[in-house]
Amino acid sequence: MELFTNQVLAGIATGAIYACMALAVVMIYQAIDHLNFAQGEMAMFSTFISWQLMQWGLPYWVAFVVTLAFSFAGGIAIERVLFKPLTKAPILTQVAGFIALYSIINSFAGLTWDFTIKQYPTPFGSSPFLGSQLISTHQAGMIGITLLLLTGLYFFFQYTRVGLAMRAAAAVPESARLVGINTSWMIALGWGMAAAIGSIAGMLIAPVVFLEPNMMGGVLIYGFAAAVLGGLTSPFGAVLGGFLVGIFENLAGTYIPHVGNEMKLPIALALIISVLVIKPAGLFGRNIVKRV
Amino acid sequence: MSAVEEIASQTPAVQAVPKRAMTLSAGTAFVIVLLLLVVPLFVKNFIIFQMTMLLIYGLAVLALNILTGGSGQFSLGNSAFYAIGAYTSAILMEQYNVNYALTLPVAGVICFGAGFLFGQPALRLSGVYLALATFALATAMPQILKLGFFEHWTGGVQGLVVTKPDAPFGLPMSQDMWLYYFTLAITIAIYVFSVNLLRSRSGRAFMAIRDNEIAASAMGIDVATYKTLAFGVSAGITGVAGGLGAIAVQFVAPDSYTITLAISLFLGMVVGGVGWLPGSFVGSAFIIFVPNIAEGISKGLSGAVFGVLLFLVIFLVPHGSRQVAMVAQQLLGKLRKN
Amino acid sequence: MTALLNVKDLRAYYGQVQALHGLSFSLNEGSLTTLLGANGAGKTTTLRAICNMVRSTGAIEFEGKPLNNKSTESIVRFGIAHVPQGRGTFTNMTVEENLQLGAITRGDKAAIVADIERMYSYFPKLKERHTQQAGTLSGGEQQMLAVARALMLRPRLMLLDEPSFGLAPLVVRDLFGILGRINRDEKVSILVVEQNAQLALELADQAYVIETGRIVMSGAAADIANDENVRKSYLGY
Repeated sequence: MELFTNQVLAGIATGAIYACMALAVVMIYQAIDHLNFAQGEMAMFSTFISWQLMQWGLPYWVAFVVTLAFSFAGGIAIERVLFKPLTKAPILTQVAGFIALYSIINSFAGLTWDFTIKQYPTPFGSSPFLGSQLISTHQAGMIGITLLLLTGLYFFFQYTRVGLAMRAAAAVPESARLVGINTSWMIALGWGMAAAIGSIAGMLIAPVVFLEPNMMGGVLIYGFAAAVLGGLTSPFGAVLGGFLVGIFENLAGTYIPHVGNEMKLPIALALIISVLVIKPAGLFGRNIVKRV
Repeated sequence: MSAVEEIASQTPAVQAVPKRAMTLSAGTAFVIVLLLLVVPLFVKNFIIFQMTMLLIYGLAVLALNILTGGSGQFSLGNSAFYAIGAYTSAILMEQYNVNYALTLPVAGVICFGAGFLFGQPALRLSGVYLALATFALATAMPQILKLGFFEHWTGGVQGLVVTKPDAPFGLPMSQDMWLYYFTLAITIAIYVFSVNLLRSRSGRAFMAIRDNEIAASAMGIDVATYKTLAFGVSAGITGVAGGLGAIAVQFVAPDSYTITLAISLFLGMVVGGVGWLPGSFVGSAFIIFVPNIAEGISKGLSGAVFGVLLFLVIFLVPHGSRQVAMVAQQLLGKLRKN
Repeated sequence: MTALLNVKDLRAYYGQVQALHGLSFSLNEGSLTTLLGANGAGKTTTLRAICNMVRSTGAIEFEGKPLNNKSTESIVRFGIAHVPQGRGTFTNMTVEENLQLGAITRGDKAAIVADIERMYSYFPKLKERHTQQAGTLSGGEQQMLAVARALMLRPRLMLLDEPSFGLAPLVVRDLFGILGRINRDEKVSILVVEQNAQLALELADQAYVIETGRIVMSGAAADIANDENVRKSYLGY
């Protein structure tokens, strides 16, 4: 039993990483209605920017804020330059665009900062949290920031005019235009916010997985899985999904025989798919009734 | 959780492509086949090998095209079926001394079965959910192939070396050239089969499901059967391509069949034009040659160059090579009128 | 009276297909005008062309300012509220959020709150349900919500696309009564597209009849309603 509790705790700790990423995934899904495969690379790039700023001598929190602003602007710029022209292209073509973006960012980061892994600092320290060996203060801080972010997003979408306009633009674009909302800019704003949230995820994750151009590969997949599990329409579901995926992954590694590190991912995914087969819109997603 | 169910008028993810627009005219097809027959006689072995690979990946893209362009289901997992096909051929040839030509139908049948089975749970999923499920399959496959349990057959991480067959009946041609013509014959056969499949009753059912699943079931189409059938056929063709690929490359190993392969196939489909079968081979050329070109332009930034080239293609022709073909056809039509 | 909206030689296209073949008409300030015609005549297309939601050529002027080549959302900011066919409800948002969305281009917070209350006085049903998800409303209630949402813009002109569609006759009477009141009390000019010609002619003061993308008849609503020939050949009652 103690093993079980410990593994659940450890799962929550890793789950915080996925929750953070899942939040960014849901954010952009709300804005553009599909998954952005390049999101992990965007987060990785932001994290490198913050690392570079710190190398140049800026203190952590200054680098953090500058990176946030850079990512927000960068997300908007990417949408305006690369994806706005593709608005009318078929969905699968846009997905190909995400893959192209992935390839470009990954390649640039590799050339600029090379592929050696780098230490990344944490502002929370890494001593045991409340005397538990399983959760460090960094991981606790990460969970705290994720929950803070979630609350912030909730208030933004529920109680601000821009938040309302963004939701409207994503839900029924045509009606949104008819009440005077510039839906095209709402999409750009969604990209900006997703990039900013992604950068926070990247900066929180980097102390755990270390900094290198391929650091987000696995994380993004778990982030997707968490978002899908929680229901792509619900930021709350995404965060919960993140924790669940973390727990799934750890328990599978502990209790199912022959599960090496490499089989953890397929097994976690298989579990998620089983959930989806039973509940196709995710645990907290809205069912979409299709009309003929 | 909200109690309300959102009502969305369904817009299919894949654009409707009419049946006729899915294929080539007889004249064009004849010219292309003629070129494919004659060109190898005048080029080096390495180029023949690349042409073989073009046909093989073309088949795999075609298979994905039947699934996505035909029945509207999206798969990132076809690399898994490709792997199963490749390993089936390799194991039969190397462990059981089966003739290479005979291993291909076996690979096809086994993959058809695997695809059909996988199509069952996939029935309840669509869009991003199906993408995630197939993605899981693609990531799991290399790990499964590495498992110690199968090592006796698969050779584990090391993989298996496959011997390249000689030309039969003492024909005076190189191994590469023989394999090319062998592949070409199979490719043409599968292509003709695919065209006919999409023109048949089943093909119409696929497309009805693609365009509007609910309306299709209301018209009495057995949606479940046809969707799993599409998965099966797609996987079967991919399996044959995988078998051919194993013979052509002379080697199978788990890490040749990762998610990267699935993504390549997907890009090939988009560049070729979703739902346009001949485009599969254009897309195949893209995924074989463009990475090399990118590497030629800049070694350090080859990924970035590839991404930029890909962006250029989708900016210029968001509907892939189908769009180019359509424009060309219109121009020809105008020329004829004048 | 000055013309509020002036449309000249309007042609609209869906891809290669031309749906409007040179339509010209004008609306007076404060009028309630109806656009009648059979299925496929081009009524909806006309409204969509005014808001630039379909490719079109020709001149569209609103209060003397050209609307051509302006985006849909900026046309709305001129004070043109469009209630689309199918109502365009934000189904997964609450009734109140739908109303707030109608006023999203306005910055005057206090006035918005007051306007929401005014909408509730026109449509008391909406007040009862203001925290409910808009998708759970009945068809009639959703139509009222759509009209209220459009009014939240404080428009100069309201375009209504078949407001009677799919509603019970009693509900339609009710709704049309309110439209008349809005036209009088709020000084909102209204252009309403209808298939239910009889009812629309009772409500409107001006009427245009279109057929296959052309205006075939125009005049005072009462005159058209009294002309038996017109009624029989174009309006089918």
